Amino acid sequence: MFERLYVMLVKEFLELRRDRWAMFRLIVPLLIQVLVFGYAATFTVNHVSTVVLDLDHSQASRSLVSHFVATGRFDIVDIAQTQLQVTHAIDTGRAVVAIVIHAGFAEKLGNGRTAPLQVSVDGTNSNTALIALGYVSLIVAQFQAEAMANAWPLPAGAAAAGAAVPLQERPWFNEGLDDRWFFIPGVIGTLTLIQVVSLTALAVVREREVGTLEQIMVSPIRPFEFILGKTLPFFLIGLADVALVTIFGVLWFRVPFVGSPLVMLLGSSLFLVAALGLGLLLSTLARTQQQAFALNFFLVNPFFILSGFAFPIAAMPQVLQWFTLINPLRYYLVVLRAVFLKGVGVDVLWPPLTAMGVLGVGLLTLSVLRFRKSLD
Amino acid sequence: MTDPAGEVAVLARGLVRRFGPVSAVRGIDLAVRRGEIFGLVGPDGAGKTTIMRMLAGVLRPDAGEIHLEGVDVVADPERAKPLLSYMPQRFGLYEDLTVAENIFFYATLFAVPARVRRDRSQELLAAAGMLPFRRRLAGQLSGGMKQKLGLVCALIHTPRVLLLDEPTTGVDPVSRRDFWGILYGLREHGVTILLSTAYMDEAERCSRLALLHAGAIRHCDTPARLKQAMPGALLAVVTRDARRAHAAVEGAAGVLGLLLMGDRVNVRVDDAERRAPELRARLAGQGIADADITPIEPGIEDVFVALLGSGSPA
Ligand SMILES: Nc1ncnc2c1ncn2[C@@H]1O[C@H](COP(=O)(O)OP(=O)(O)OP(=O)(O)O)[C@@H](O)[C@H]1O
Ligand SMILES: [Mg+2]
Repeated sequence: MFERLYVMLVKEFLELRRDRWAMFRLIVPLLIQVLVFGYAATFTVNHVSTVVLDLDHSQASRSLVSHFVATGRFDIVDIAQTQLQVTHAIDTGRAVVAIVIHAGFAEKLGNGRTAPLQVSVDGTNSNTALIALGYVSLIVAQFQAEAMANAWPLPAGAAAAGAAVPLQERPWFNEGLDDRWFFIPGVIGTLTLIQVVSLTALAVVREREVGTLEQIMVSPIRPFEFILGKTLPFFLIGLADVALVTIFGVLWFRVPFVGSPLVMLLGSSLFLVAALGLGLLLSTLARTQQQAFALNFFLVNPFFILSGFAFPIAAMPQVLQWFTLINPLRYYLVVLRAVFLKGVGVDVLWPPLTAMGVLGVGLLTLSVLRFRKSLD
Repeated sequence: MTDPAGEVAVLARGLVRRFGPVSAVRGIDLAVRRGEIFGLVGPDGAGKTTIMRMLAGVLRPDAGEIHLEGVDVVADPERAKPLLSYMPQRFGLYEDLTVAENIFFYATLFAVPARVRRDRSQELLAAAGMLPFRRRLAGQLSGGMKQKLGLVCALIHTPRVLLLDEPTTGVDPVSRRDFWGILYGLREHGVTILLSTAYMDEAERCSRLALLHAGAIRHCDTPARLKQAMPGALLAVVTRDARRAHAAVEGAAGVLGLLLMGDRVNVRVDDAERRAPELRARLAGQGIADADITPIEPGIEDVFVALLGSGSPA
């Protein structure tokens, strides 16, 4: 039996080595995606192009504008003279945010009354709009607090000093760095899932297509030997994926890794068993590589969305929350983030670890049973 | 058909297999004796591959039983596997592995000892004329060579029963002859061979033939006796324009069948002595005066066409 398993493994690795693009296909997309996620996937918004219309022409209004500039969140791309110009700037997409300071701003502010300030946001990208609006309200609140304290109008020069005072941002807006810390561990799970499931499914379906599967099945090999020989290489590739992205995240993006590598290895292994089971299951449902590819696409997306990677599970409808319970990625993300950022051990992480183990065994069993049937 | 003696190596009874609405195999009985080379012939879609796959234990029959060297294949396919070798119509090779690596892979799967493996692959590769290509990737072989490599892989372990589904399709005549040499050698060691073929010269080499049509066995006997069983007698009509002769003879009295064979037409008639002069006259009447009409021994192809009705084999 070890001979047969051994020769299966030799065959797999020979095929992999002969495939000149294999290394490229395995590594490059992975790194590109880590980079994309690392740089692009962030909740922070910086350098929002902004148009300003100052109808007050007061020291207070100018000070408010310089407050906006000083945060680095907003870039003034246009000083408008009329409301029409403001509308135009937004409509043409030159600016995303418009700040209109109406006449009488300084006066009303000085009296402690509601000062007429109008902020419009291009809602086409509701995410950016919401976040930018959040900044606006913070900056204005800050400005107001200072203005009250300083008993407006300020002497000249004080505006600059006021702007230099750091904004007291709520933590939600202070995630400029933390976003990445939050995302990179998640990226490990997501990318590994995509890669391992599709590799496994395609590899088995290819054997079916080429006819080697039938050949192997008439040999005295047992299905579990075949499955083990077929999945072990992808298990190792999966572990290498995890290690690669982890090292990259830690070295390149400076994501802290405070936990134990052993806990990470345990969690990753359990997760990979589930992913391999999923890939095998998929291979029993597909006759051709094309079908496997389509199925993979169909399957991996919900797993991604229902994992808590980007969308909080608690905010999902109840039915979808139940679905997340059978999603191994959900548990793996918990483990990954905990190991990376919190450094907790098995004593805390046993529930998600157990869940992954149960799912892995279940998926693998199901796929082996289906695999026998699918040979006809 | 002769009654199978005690030495039946492959026994099938009442085999049925449907694919949805298609009845691929409808109640087949087979009894192949040990050491026989048994041929399955029939037109495309007759069910040859389906039968082979069921015998090999990779396809479950809907009904019927299969015994292979006494092992119940349907109930216990795992126990039958070490006994048999099955070469599918399209042998699955690993295209990214070399010829030698493919052979090594299949040899190990079938637990062929290392020493035996070396000698045997040497012998088989030599017979296939493929010794110089040992290090070539399987994906870079010609179609015929791929087929030969498949055959080498299927023969690398010495099974008790060999199932070959159109093993020599696309293989050149010289290699085919060499492979038949190997098959005869195996038979002497008591290996039972069951093969399907589209080549009539190969069918003629079989000890017995089953003529298959639409999932049922129409006739099963030795090639010689099948020829005797052919109704009528055969006349070869040789002329310069065989096509015209074919058209001229069609529908003549006493003609049971026609087979255009390149430079001649094989005409099956009910009574050779009576019909030969009639045909000569008919041809002359249509302006074909040079026709040379002689009685001939039927080839298996004639038998095939006669017994399975119209439609050409292969
Ligand atoms: N996996 C399958 N699914 C559906 N139908 C099938 C399947 N395999 C075979 N058939 C059908 O069963 C019938 C017999 O097919 P089979 O492959 O056994 O014929 P064959 O005699 O081997 O033909 P050929 O000489 O072309 O190889 C055909 O009608 C075919 O379409
Ligand atoms: Mg066939």
